[in-house]
Amino acid sequence: MRIFLQRLTLKILPAVPTICALVGALLMFVAFLILQGKPALEACSLIYVGAFGSSFAWENTLQRAAPLMLTALCVAIPARTGLIIIGGEGAVALGGLACAITPLLLPDSFPATPTLLLMATAAVATGGGWIALAGWLRQFRGVNETISSLLLAYIALALFNHMVEGPLRDPGSLNKPSTPPLSEEYMIGSLPGIDVHWGLFWGVFACIVVHVLVRYGVFGFSMAVVGGNVRAARLVGLPVNRIVLMACILGGGAAGLAGMMEVAAIHGSANSALLAGYGYSGILVAFAARQNPLAIIACALLIGGIESSGSLLQRRLDLPDATTLVLQGLLFINLLGWETLTGWLKIWRLRLVESAALRTKGTTHA
Amino acid sequence: MLNEFVPETFDFGALALALFAGAIRIGTPFLFVSLGECLTEKAGRVNLGLEGILVCGAMTGYAVSLQTGSPWLGVLGAGISGMILGTIHGLVCSLRGVNDIAFGIALMIFGTGLAFYLGKPFIQPQAPMLPSFSLGDWSTNSQLRNALEINGLFIVGVVLAVLLHWGLASTRWGLVLRLVGDHAETARAMGYRLIPVRVMATAVGGFLAAIGGAYLSLYYPGSWNEGLSSGQGLMAVALVIFARWRPMRCLFAALLFGATGALGPALQSLGITSGYYLFNAAPYVLTLIIMVITCRIDRKVSGAPGELSLTR
Repeated sequence: MRIFLQRLTLKILPAVPTICALVGALLMFVAFLILQGKPALEACSLIYVGAFGSSFAWENTLQRAAPLMLTALCVAIPARTGLIIIGGEGAVALGGLACAITPLLLPDSFPATPTLLLMATAAVATGGGWIALAGWLRQFRGVNETISSLLLAYIALALFNHMVEGPLRDPGSLNKPSTPPLSEEYMIGSLPGIDVHWGLFWGVFACIVVHVLVRYGVFGFSMAVVGGNVRAARLVGLPVNRIVLMACILGGGAAGLAGMMEVAAIHGSANSALLAGYGYSGILVAFAARQNPLAIIACALLIGGIESSGSLLQRRLDLPDATTLVLQGLLFINLLGWETLTGWLKIWRLRLVESAALRTKGTTHA
Repeated sequence: MLNEFVPETFDFGALALALFAGAIRIGTPFLFVSLGECLTEKAGRVNLGLEGILVCGAMTGYAVSLQTGSPWLGVLGAGISGMILGTIHGLVCSLRGVNDIAFGIALMIFGTGLAFYLGKPFIQPQAPMLPSFSLGDWSTNSQLRNALEINGLFIVGVVLAVLLHWGLASTRWGLVLRLVGDHAETARAMGYRLIPVRVMATAVGGFLAAIGGAYLSLYYPGSWNEGLSSGQGLMAVALVIFARWRPMRCLFAALLFGATGALGPALQSLGITSGYYLFNAAPYVLTLIIMVITCRIDRKVSGAPGELSLTR
């Protein structure tokens, strides 16, 4: 019985910081609302209802989770090599823009499938190139990648706004400057059975592919070596710069793909509606998932759900739309703060394993 | 090439004046945030959350000014709000295994969310603004008079930069702070406790950054709304690297950033409207160029505090 309990504890132990963080964030959120004199418990239940309470809510949540999975990969893949990239929003914007103008460059009535492929290639290449710039600046110029990626994101947003309101503006878009709309055949449709576009499939697919890559692939292992100890990586002859750049290209490419999905499945053209902050929420998703690609799928659902419940909170309880942002901030703070438990847990785990080993030894001798 | 954009009668004198005025008007928040970040980094910590603190300070300053009728009380209130958030950053990052850069990003989201949530009722009403001093009354040129309208907080900021420069260089406090940031082992061996020094430095840094935010809402642009900050808090981190962690250089760097930020609006007011977004991105491009020039591939930027995770 005791051995069973010990085994169980060993299994649960790694999840302890995350559980503490979730509970802590929720408690702080409730306390925050109570201090405001707002109905805290009702708000919490409304967040649940708004996120997962009905099939409509689920569709809404999945719709939001799809780009979050891809933008979270933009943080998680470079993080494998030890980089903290927070400029995914720029890759989303430029990826969406590249995808929106690709059909304009092709001859009329070009077949749909190759066009879609070219659109995806353009989006991935643009997003990947943009984030690779931050990686290049770090590897070859020593510029901190966290700051440079964010600056690059601001520059990308300026470029995006300039192009959409200037050279690439569709004269027909009067109130909301947009690029010329994609024709119907180049749009991405819904998944069979539910009212969610194919971006969800590609988001989940990308997370699984990255999981396989980092878990079983040689490249994934070399990324981990670079992230763990650069000197060791150089000593064993790994091409550190190339690996870091590749990680940035993969991450940026995922974010660019998110931009494409938003444009080709929802908005139909590149306009300011694309800049909904998916790149920034992706940072939270990646950190909540502890940069684990499979966990990103679950965390994207959680964060997507919280975000999509905002309008319900606003309608029912008259809470500001920033309420969900406060909850996300608390969640982020708690996730990082409770990380400190990991050190203690390691020691505790060692003791548990040791005592378990001693006991099994004892029984075999007897 | 230039002639395509520039009209025949372009007034370069007016542009220079607008840039000079902008250097002070737009540079002041940069000054406060960069002084705060400079102090924090001197103690060996990086606080990327200053962006969130700035937004929170802008909201608090505006709200307090509206409620009490005194903009200077608003500035103080903003400072205290920033100090609280700074203390949170300082304390949590003292726990083992908590990454200060990552926690800064979290604080950025939390501070912004908090400000947007609590600031909802203050978007419409008009709070009393900070006063400014007219140093240009002797001139008949209205543009020059306009440019010499210096706000009070800028003067406070200049005094603060001098004070900080002196304090870090020649007081016991400054020496301990620099020692803790430069070589934690030595500081510990000499019996100084690292955590209180770092927490205090981060808290005061938050105080200063929030004042930068109060400037945004109480002087220029002079209202509270959710699009108030455009990344000043983060650019200040780059600015401090550019200034090589010296308060007096922070002052000049802030003025340079202010002038660059004024480029877009100044050109627009002079009739050049094409490429508005691109000109507005000038500060970000400048920051990036500056970082490329000042950073070194071996990652040892001269003058950097030794314990800083940012440059290692």
